[in-house]
Amino acid sequence: MQHTMIALVENKPGVLNRVASLFRRRNFNIESLAVGQTENPEISRMTIVVEGRPEDTARIEANLYNLVNIIDVQDVTGQPVIARDLALIKVKAEPKLRAEVSALAEIFRARVVDVAPESLILEITGTEDKIESLVELLRPFGVLEMVRTGQVAMLRGGAIGVRHMPGANGRDA
Amino acid sequence: MKKTGAEVLWESLIREGVEVMFGLPGGQIIPAFDAMLNYPQLHFVLVRHEQGAAMMADGYARASGKVGVAVATSGPGATNLVTGIDVAMMDSSPVVFITGQVPSNLLGTDAFQEVDMTGISLPITKHNFLITSPDQVAHAVREAFYIARSGRPGPVLIDFCKDAQVAKTEVLESSDVHLFGYHPPTHAPAVQLEQAAELIRTAKQPVIFAGHGVMISGAVEEVRKFAERTNIPVAMTLLGLGALSSSHPLSLGMMGMHGTAHCNLAIQQSDLIIALGMRFDDRVTGNLKNYAPNARKIHVEIDPTEINKIIHADVALMGDVKTVLKDLDSRIPNAKHEEWLNQIKEWKQDSQQRDILVQPTNGKLHVPQIVNDIWKATKGEALIVTDVGQHQMWTAQYYPPENPYSFITSGGAGSMGFGLPAAIGAKFAQPGREVWAIVGDGGFQMTQAELSTAAQENIEIKIAIMNNHFLGMVRQWQEFFFEKRYSAVQLKNPDFCMIAEAHGIPSRRVLKPDEIHAAVEFARATRGPVLLDFHVEQEEAVYPMVPPGADLHAMIRRPIQDEKG
Repeated sequence: MQHTMIALVENKPGVLNRVASLFRRRNFNIESLAVGQTENPEISRMTIVVEGRPEDTARIEANLYNLVNIIDVQDVTGQPVIARDLALIKVKAEPKLRAEVSALAEIFRARVVDVAPESLILEITGTEDKIESLVELLRPFGVLEMVRTGQVAMLRGGAIGVRHMPGANGRDA
Repeated sequence: MKKTGAEVLWESLIREGVEVMFGLPGGQIIPAFDAMLNYPQLHFVLVRHEQGAAMMADGYARASGKVGVAVATSGPGATNLVTGIDVAMMDSSPVVFITGQVPSNLLGTDAFQEVDMTGISLPITKHNFLITSPDQVAHAVREAFYIARSGRPGPVLIDFCKDAQVAKTEVLESSDVHLFGYHPPTHAPAVQLEQAAELIRTAKQPVIFAGHGVMISGAVEEVRKFAERTNIPVAMTLLGLGALSSSHPLSLGMMGMHGTAHCNLAIQQSDLIIALGMRFDDRVTGNLKNYAPNARKIHVEIDPTEINKIIHADVALMGDVKTVLKDLDSRIPNAKHEEWLNQIKEWKQDSQQRDILVQPTNGKLHVPQIVNDIWKATKGEALIVTDVGQHQMWTAQYYPPENPYSFITSGGAGSMGFGLPAAIGAKFAQPGREVWAIVGDGGFQMTQAELSTAAQENIEIKIAIMNNHFLGMVRQWQEFFFEKRYSAVQLKNPDFCMIAEAHGIPSRRVLKPDEIHAAVEFARATRGPVLLDFHVEQEEAVYPMVPPGADLHAMIRRPIQDEKG
């Protein structure tokens, strides 16, 4: 089963390695991992997607939580969550097929962000399913190159996906 | 006023209360060692191999309850620490490791004696730091000590670039710990305390499990009072030995693979396990499918990752053992459990009948006799440090400690070579106590070089080698489970007494049972290090034994010899 975890981490060298190392130790393959700064530049946020049994991912969640540089972690699988992935797709499109490709893109609310004589680059944001559907439809034209950010996720509504915010409970000395 | 990173390092250590350090210098940490000369209040113990330093610092930490410190240079010096770091990690021992590192501008260039030590130590430390600027030193040391000793203790490594040792800084101390993501639990919530209390109140056949966490949290008194008030027997893990005095009527002794039979039977028959500061290691549980099948489990543990890791906890009390027990105490009435304790007494009598000490003697030396003689001579009150293997299990069985903090051994890592250096470290921590290193001939030779350190420091430790010319525990497994096909277990040993002599260390060779007593007394009367070489029965087995993966009650027992002998 696919699990999505979100983690708040200190924005310091080596933290990504500490996180990735826990998955490596248990021989887990990380399906995707997206990291970026939060509204607080000292803190980064990770969205990690892994395939695994719930008892294994629960163990990893606990291990992650134990890392000194991890401020909080939560498995948001099965919770009401907005999950998005961004992809850039370079698709073969000679001039006579451009309109057809563009029409497909429009159906998926993808944007054409680059046009070359024999190809287009499409930008699409959405759930993984949506992106995969578009890719399948583009395959007959020839997908030359693709890059995806990996999923980013946030809980719907007022709920905050992380419990410990620095400052509130950050100093235990 | 500005100071160098090296000066800030030593001053920070002194501020943390450090008095003794163990280690060996080298190129990338020479500036720190140079500055160390200005701080004569720090006693530096020069070892012969960095693994020895790591294990001495660990022994020191376990015997003192303070943070141990080991110092090494970069590259091979640092990697030689690795086994010792793992030992500290597996047994929750607070040790701060300081390693030299190449100048920060050379990181990642394969410079001479460069190794990625923060990378290598990452999975075997609680946390680690890479210092590239002298401004970071005071904070890193403060945080390292705080992390090492708080929550579930563990090793922390500081990798210290040479340029940061030399450069000057205005940051001389750190007044505050900034750890956003580090908040070990302390108190268990009232709801769960109440659930636990309900289970305890209604249990008919409860057992308390005392692990290392009982001693780490300083909850020995609380455990004893709780057990006495409720009449619940106490089973101990290997590292929990001493949590309840072994002569206490409620003590079941050690649990697990080589635990006492009545202890394991009690666990299997119990209807409630109250586990305090322990982690259900596979050497403790045997086959999980049939482990204490009728018992509900209350798990008191400060490390959240241990909850539901091996066994399902019906009630998890996340927090410090001492605090949780205090909070639990008022919710639980006194109890008797007479029937249950009588049943256990019956099992115990059967155990005693099979005891090797009541078997007819065959004139050969047996480790249990030796250990028992040391126990008698020292009244069970010495500080015992073991290596790993058969002698370790026999020592756990036949030197049941009367007091806490008296039995130091490599449990989780099971690292041979631990005994001698850990005993040296322990003696530095407890100079007033009699310290024995009970070791096997195999493990002793792994860190034998530290005899030189013991001699150089003239440290008073009694080394007792259980010399059976075998890697005994592996031999036992080959005997029991591999049709006695002995593969790579026979040792042609040097003359250990001559080795001792070469170090100026007094020694005795013991070949017969009637020589044990005099040898033990000779060792006890010797000031400075002393070595006893006991030539013991070569193919003796440790009983009882739960075969790996078998049910806990399916022990291989020592056969009862018939009257004719």
